[in-house]
Amino acid sequence: MSIDVSQFYQTFFEESLEGLDSMEAALLGLDTGAVDLDAIHAIFRAAHSIKGGSATFGFTQMAEFTHVMETLLDEMREGRREVTQEAVNLLLNSVDLLREMIEAAQAGTTVDEAQVGEVQRRLEAMLHGEAAAAAPVEAAPAEDATPPAQAGEPPAAEAPAAETPATDEEGPAPDPAGATTGWRIVFRPYEHLLRTGNDPVRMFRELGFLGETEVTLDDSRLPPFEDMDPEVPYLAWTLVVHTDAPRDRVEAVFEWVEGDCELDIQPLGGADEATSVAADPHGEAAPEETPEATAAEAETAASGETPKAAPEAAAPDEPAAEPAPEAPAAEAHDEPPAPQAASVPEPAPAPAPESTPAAERPAAPAPAAQPAPAPAAQAAPSPAPPSSQPSTQAAPTAKASPTPAKPKPAARPKGDAGSIRVSIDKVDALINMVGELVITQSMLSQIGDDFDAFDLAAFEKLKDGLAQLERNTRELQESVMRIRMLPISFAFSRFPRMVRDLSQKLNKKIELRLSGESTELDKTVMEKIGDPLVHLVRNSVDHGIEPPEERLAAGKPETGVVHLNAYHQGGNIVIEIEDDGRGLDRDKILAKAVERGLVQPEEAAQLPDERVFDLIFEPGFSTAEQVSDVSGRGVGMDVVKRNIRELGGTIEIASRPGEGTTLTIRLPLTLAILDGQLVQVGGETYILPLVSIVESLQVDPNHLNQVAGQAEVYQVRDEFVPVVRLHQVFGLTPRSERLEDGLLVIVEGDGQRAGLFVDDLLGQQQVVIKSLECNYKPVQGISGATILGDGTVALILDVAGLIRLAKAPGLRTPREAAA
Amino acid sequence: MSMNTALEMGENPQPGEGEAQYLTFLMDGEEYGVDILRVQEIRGWDSVTAIPNSPPYLKGVINLRGSVVPIVDLRLRFGLPPLEYGPTTVVIILRVEHDRGERVMGIVVDAVSDVHNLPAEGMKPPPDFGGAVDLDFIAGLALVDERMIVVLDIDRLLNSGELAPEGDAP
Repeated sequence: MSIDVSQFYQTFFEESLEGLDSMEAALLGLDTGAVDLDAIHAIFRAAHSIKGGSATFGFTQMAEFTHVMETLLDEMREGRREVTQEAVNLLLNSVDLLREMIEAAQAGTTVDEAQVGEVQRRLEAMLHGEAAAAAPVEAAPAEDATPPAQAGEPPAAEAPAAETPATDEEGPAPDPAGATTGWRIVFRPYEHLLRTGNDPVRMFRELGFLGETEVTLDDSRLPPFEDMDPEVPYLAWTLVVHTDAPRDRVEAVFEWVEGDCELDIQPLGGADEATSVAADPHGEAAPEETPEATAAEAETAASGETPKAAPEAAAPDEPAAEPAPEAPAAEAHDEPPAPQAASVPEPAPAPAPESTPAAERPAAPAPAAQPAPAPAAQAAPSPAPPSSQPSTQAAPTAKASPTPAKPKPAARPKGDAGSIRVSIDKVDALINMVGELVITQSMLSQIGDDFDAFDLAAFEKLKDGLAQLERNTRELQESVMRIRMLPISFAFSRFPRMVRDLSQKLNKKIELRLSGESTELDKTVMEKIGDPLVHLVRNSVDHGIEPPEERLAAGKPETGVVHLNAYHQGGNIVIEIEDDGRGLDRDKILAKAVERGLVQPEEAAQLPDERVFDLIFEPGFSTAEQVSDVSGRGVGMDVVKRNIRELGGTIEIASRPGEGTTLTIRLPLTLAILDGQLVQVGGETYILPLVSIVESLQVDPNHLNQVAGQAEVYQVRDEFVPVVRLHQVFGLTPRSERLEDGLLVIVEGDGQRAGLFVDDLLGQQQVVIKSLECNYKPVQGISGATILGDGTVALILDVAGLIRLAKAPGLRTPREAAA
Repeated sequence: MSMNTALEMGENPQPGEGEAQYLTFLMDGEEYGVDILRVQEIRGWDSVTAIPNSPPYLKGVINLRGSVVPIVDLRLRFGLPPLEYGPTTVVIILRVEHDRGERVMGIVVDAVSDVHNLPAEGMKPPPDFGGAVDLDFIAGLALVDERMIVVLDIDRLLNSGELAPEGDAP
């Protein structure tokens, strides 16, 4: 039974990226130097699982790198190393690099070795900052050619003993502890081992890479056939590996089953005993594992010795394959507590520390006391209560493993466009809803079957049923939509880091406040708003917040505040970016606008503030020379505005000089649904997005003006808007040409207003947006299509496009009049 | 009507070696064929939603189980005299391939005729006749029972001119 490991890559990538995010968040929380053990544990755990995963999947570069990181973290975790600002910075750098590595691995490439080496060296330098003698040794796994140090100082020993993460075929690192000629491994899986997704075959194969392996099978625990549970490994093995590989290489093979099996690794021949003790200056570590080990060994060694060269050939396949077809009780999942129950509690204190941690904390000053909490935190539940452990551990694995198997990403999946992780609640709600819908549907069809047009009671029931069906359908739709919704914290999460980095670079003191992070919005919208948000926050930090001296001089607190807030309002999500900085400089903007010819000098003075601030969204209104001298990077504000507009959203600026600036972004919650106003023109029904409608009004002929004989403008209060006759733009025959007979819908798109002349307004409704491009092509003035209740297609109007279309030559439509 | 209907109309539904099956339809007395593997379904004519500022032969779009599918009147596309839509007027829904993917489009024809197995070597290149149909859209001519069938290259036909995907509109 061979498994294509690559099908799990995507899951590994996703989980690792999530792990990195939490590492980053925790690191940012560490900033002050106050040691928060929980945070360090969290960081360590994330690094550890990335290391393990990358080693398992053969991403050697990543595994080696995380190993060094992990060692550093381990020291912090045990309080042997202070959490300095410098260390946090370096770890943040490492997180960035790891992220790059994962992205590279996703794309099937690797990150530049030099880049990795650079950060890795810095990590190592820090690791050995206090014990310089150790540095060269630790560098050895990093393929550094430096000569091995004489193992004099205690910390020096840590390097060789530290586990080499790679489980691949690479030659063993030059390592004093590796002087042994081989290892005797007693491997006795606990009954839940297979259910954790681990397969002895793979581990044995891994061992096979280290050197020639002899396998002895112990089938003494095999129960009578009728009692056999095919999912329980009853077999145990004694493996003798002839290899030069150091102990930690062997341990690395069993890294994932730590706590899921009895494992005892003993050197072949006594020679190694000496080196191993020499390598570990704290002799306590060795005794700690011996008692249990010898006991286990005695037990299994007695059971037979059939040497077998190819490890995966016979033995390991048996538990999985052989009993399965024959055991009729295969489905009975009740745990047979019989054979192992006795053996499980016995190793309780020992099994976890016995493999990995022994290598991980070699320099621990107090090995006896330390290991207890640490492994408990990283290896899942302690094996002490035998009944609960199999269930808790098996449960998550069982749940996780079928999921990645299904999509089977044979081709390297590109980016993250494909998958979302959905909370179970949402799916459950959806399933319930579908159930309801089915019930309602069957109820309706039953009524339909014996429907009698003159039976009023039945008619009432039918109407009730229909109402219920409508309700169910709407709720179902909402549930489905909610699956695509994610909390905006996904977009916000990058800002703490960014603001921190920027403020350090700019020598500003800035506090970032986040609120409303649980506000949900559509994943697609979130992805598209990410970059604009980054730009805006960067602007606030860059241009908004003043340097500390300037703030103090202005009588403001030294630390500036950037506040990101999100909330729902109607069918929209509102994102606010507020800073208490210097605010926009009206005069400077106006001067620039006049210089660029965007504003006439004479009108500059009475231009309202919001119009002035809107000018910064003009293309070419470069941020670099704009309000401050600090250079801006990336897209300009015009691009920000365009992105937001493409999402069907708006952005507004409010600013007071000296007090700060607030940017308010309004976005639709989803791109899939739109609140629409149905309008009728010449027998056709179109949908106007509600967001683009300012108001609709009956035409008062007195407010209608002709400009240049042709162009019609309509006066709405103190503003003149051009009239766009929709029937003309679309070449339809209207009910009436007279504006008084129809309605004028004042619409706004692309910052321009127009009065859209339509025959009539019909209802308002939420519509599901369908693409026209998909099977046809984009059509000017139309942003998409939808399907109405009667099954017909209605086109959705694109207001900005319509206004452009109306202005296009060849159409007898009014030109825009001066506002 | 579904694809099954079309298949049942053929006397010989299993194409032999080197043969391909074609769905044929009638238009202005002529018989045209399209590769049956491209036929998604056959529907009766139903009203459409017009697309503003589109060529006359694009009748509009319909809702095909949730997707918006454009419908092309093939008579108008070929410049044949229009025919009032009647009970036999059908819409053949086709999968049309282009460089960037696949589109689903419908063509309005007078009536569906038959399903024929045509050997590849039986297909003749079209002569340079001054017919209504642009030669570009013809994959070849085939003779079946002394009748000529014009086999269309629907990819060229339905991706040409104003039907080209991602046209000049923004």
